[in-house]
Amino acid sequence: MHMSTLLIALLTAVIIGVFLVRHLTAKPWLTVSQPDDIGPLQIPALKVGLWAFFACITSLFALFITAYLMRMDPNHASDWYTISKPGILWLNTGVLVISSLAMQWARNAEKSENIGGLKTALAVGGLFALAFLGGQLIAWQQLKNSSYFDIANPAVGFFYLLTAVHGLHLIGGMYVWGKTCFRTWRRTTIEKGRLSIELCTVYWHYLLLVWFILFGLLLST
Amino acid sequence: MAYVAIADRDHEHHLHDPQTFITKYIWSQDHKVIAIQYGITAISVGVLAMILSAMMRLQLAFPDVFSFITPNNYYQFVTMHGMIMVIYLLTALFLGGFGNFLIPLMCGARDMVFPYVNMLSFWVYLLSVIILMASFFVPGGPTGAGWTLYPPQSILPGTPGTDWGILFMLISLAVFIVAFTMGGLNYVTTVLQARCRGMTLMRMPLSVWGIFVATILGLLAFPALLVSAVMMILDKTIGTSFFIPAVLSMGESLDHLGGSPILFQHLFWFFGHPEVYIVALPAFGIISDLISTHARKNIFGYRMMVWAIVAIGALSFVVWAHHMYVSGMNPYFGFFFATTTLIIAIPTAIKVYNWVLTLWQGNIRFTVPMMFAIGFIFTFTHGGLTGLFLGNVTVDLPLSDTYFVVGHFHMVMGVSPVLAVFGAIYHWFPKISGRMFNETLGKWHFWLTFLGTYSIYLPMHYLGILGVPRRYYANGITDFIPESAQTMNVGITIAALLVAVVQIIFFVNIIWSLRNGKKADSNPWGATTLEWQTPDTPPKHGNWGPELPVVYRWAYDYSVPGQSLDFIPQTEPHHGHDSVDDEDKDKK
Ligand code: HEM
Ligand SMILES: [Cu+2]
Repeated sequence: MHMSTLLIALLTAVIIGVFLVRHLTAKPWLTVSQPDDIGPLQIPALKVGLWAFFACITSLFALFITAYLMRMDPNHASDWYTISKPGILWLNTGVLVISSLAMQWARNAEKSENIGGLKTALAVGGLFALAFLGGQLIAWQQLKNSSYFDIANPAVGFFYLLTAVHGLHLIGGMYVWGKTCFRTWRRTTIEKGRLSIELCTVYWHYLLLVWFILFGLLLST
Repeated sequence: MAYVAIADRDHEHHLHDPQTFITKYIWSQDHKVIAIQYGITAISVGVLAMILSAMMRLQLAFPDVFSFITPNNYYQFVTMHGMIMVIYLLTALFLGGFGNFLIPLMCGARDMVFPYVNMLSFWVYLLSVIILMASFFVPGGPTGAGWTLYPPQSILPGTPGTDWGILFMLISLAVFIVAFTMGGLNYVTTVLQARCRGMTLMRMPLSVWGIFVATILGLLAFPALLVSAVMMILDKTIGTSFFIPAVLSMGESLDHLGGSPILFQHLFWFFGHPEVYIVALPAFGIISDLISTHARKNIFGYRMMVWAIVAIGALSFVVWAHHMYVSGMNPYFGFFFATTTLIIAIPTAIKVYNWVLTLWQGNIRFTVPMMFAIGFIFTFTHGGLTGLFLGNVTVDLPLSDTYFVVGHFHMVMGVSPVLAVFGAIYHWFPKISGRMFNETLGKWHFWLTFLGTYSIYLPMHYLGILGVPRRYYANGITDFIPESAQTMNVGITIAALLVAVVQIIFFVNIIWSLRNGKKADSNPWGATTLEWQTPDTPPKHGNWGPELPVVYRWAYDYSVPGQSLDFIPQTEPHHGHDSVDDEDKDKK
């Protein structure tokens, strides 16, 4: 299909291959081992769960992007009319970058036990994420009112679709962000709070990365 | 690093002990209860799908008799039957049912790592089933687009259910995928994180391996179905044209200028082929464990079996377009996909050989689960071989959309997984319920089902070679189909009705045994794996009592020379003379 998809697939295959060779060459029928040295990964379950979730939604976004590229391909159909993208997307991108930076700041503040900084950073991160979502809605409105708007044009359809899917994932993240804030302000279970700040931050960075890719795709086509 | 099992680490201690009836049996977070909830729901819709198939068979055998089955109804039955069987029965039962029950027990965990999400997974699954059932009652009825839902016909007038049925179907699928994802993240994380001390990946029973890899496939492949469902919903509701090409519908040209139906097919089959293995891999794993246990022999080539599961899982993502040969494609693509399809036969064949070699000189006990396992080897090999035919472009073209295909996929992913399901239910029933089932009834159930399904599907291959098309309400009179084909159709229908009725034996046996069966002791088959070593049968909430089990060996120490018993549980430490054996083995 597309070279990029192929490359990503190959890369994944290599990584998985290395993992497999490391782990799956044991001869379990021979080993006379004491059980202490072997066991599951010493990583919090939530973290492993989040990475598994990343694998799943990476597949989702990759498939949306593949569908986009295949639909553009004139061999498939020839009714794709490039549209001009709302300028506010640039602003939104900046807002999302700030949001992600703020979350990173929150994580650092947590590590250095700086409670005040942590609260401010979390608040900034969340508010800028909300602002991003608002900005995306404005972009939707702008496109709706522009002369390019024709829902039967796949470029328009995909614009709404991709931004919506990305936005929905961010909204899901806002739920976790809310829980994290609640814990931070209550400050009861420090250990768990730490983990959720870390995971929230990683998720934010992930969605920023996805947005860069989607935005690049939208701009370049 | 000092080892602390996940479940015993303070901050991850999730076990909420259930207090009331509701939290214990309904709103439950216990993986065993959730497994049973999944199982009962899945089997209930499965029965419905079977009734639909009986109606289709009646229509095919006696085309002019049943006035209440209209051509539109027939399409709707085909579609709902296919979709329910593949997704709502088999996927849900293998992963939500057996995955839930077996993973924590076989890995030595107290529960799934995210019990709350696990519980939600079931309720969201139930919601998807309710939405699907609701589509029977909406104006126009359920969709009749075929389980493949190919656009444009699935959403344009002409096909039954294009007003509401298709929407309900797509929404139900999307909801199912959400449910599956919640469950799937649990299964993967539990296998990676919550294994007990000593349970290395390579000591896991093959059932867990099959379910684990199948779940990974699901997490990566279901998104493709979600993408196509979402895009189709938008095409249907707000008039985008992702899939709908420039088309005349009912004599009028629609607004669409050129969507791509082929794009849908790529997305659908990028999900659809791995889906076959989502159903097959758990069955492979379960069959391996049944065969090894009931032949009192270690599984032949354990490591090879694991590698084969992984290899099949990986390869299943690069064969999808063998379902699209008739849609037309670049000949090089056709060549590529035919080649990958044939390559996937290699690890699959390895598995079949290894099952047979495990049986070889085993101390075979013809218990009911063992019979189903051996039956599986037959039907699966059979379906696999006809798959090799269909994987070749030139052979597929004339056979595609005939009864040959119907025969093929029912053998490989209809009958075979169902036999694995029955074998598994009989095998684990004593652990689930604490009672034994009735052997005699079980054997009757096996023979009638096995011979019955064979007499349904074997003749279908022949019909297919004659050219009898699939998804036809009635064949009418054609030159190339001899009249005798209709006689064969009658025969098939009689067999199908018989098989349907025979399932009553199964339900009677299960329900009767729940109350009146002989009390089962904790390890009636003499099995090595952890679920048979629980302190209570059925296992209580938390599975293991105060102490988690510790694993010292792999799951297949059957008939080890020099031992008094013909099995050694995984929890049994190595003793002096035992390790001498091991050194012996080392030298070989
Ligand atoms: C009692 C056992 C069963 C009988 C008698 C039966 C019968 C049928 C019949 C008559 C058709 C329609 C053929 C046509 O007109 O094209 C069909 C289609 C189908 N069946 Fe079954 N079936 C059974 C079990 C299963 C199971 C266990 C599965 C699970 C995978 C399954 C999956 C399918 C699928 C995917 C289709 C294709 C639907 C479509 O063409 O859209 N069936 N079956
Ligand atoms: Cu396939």
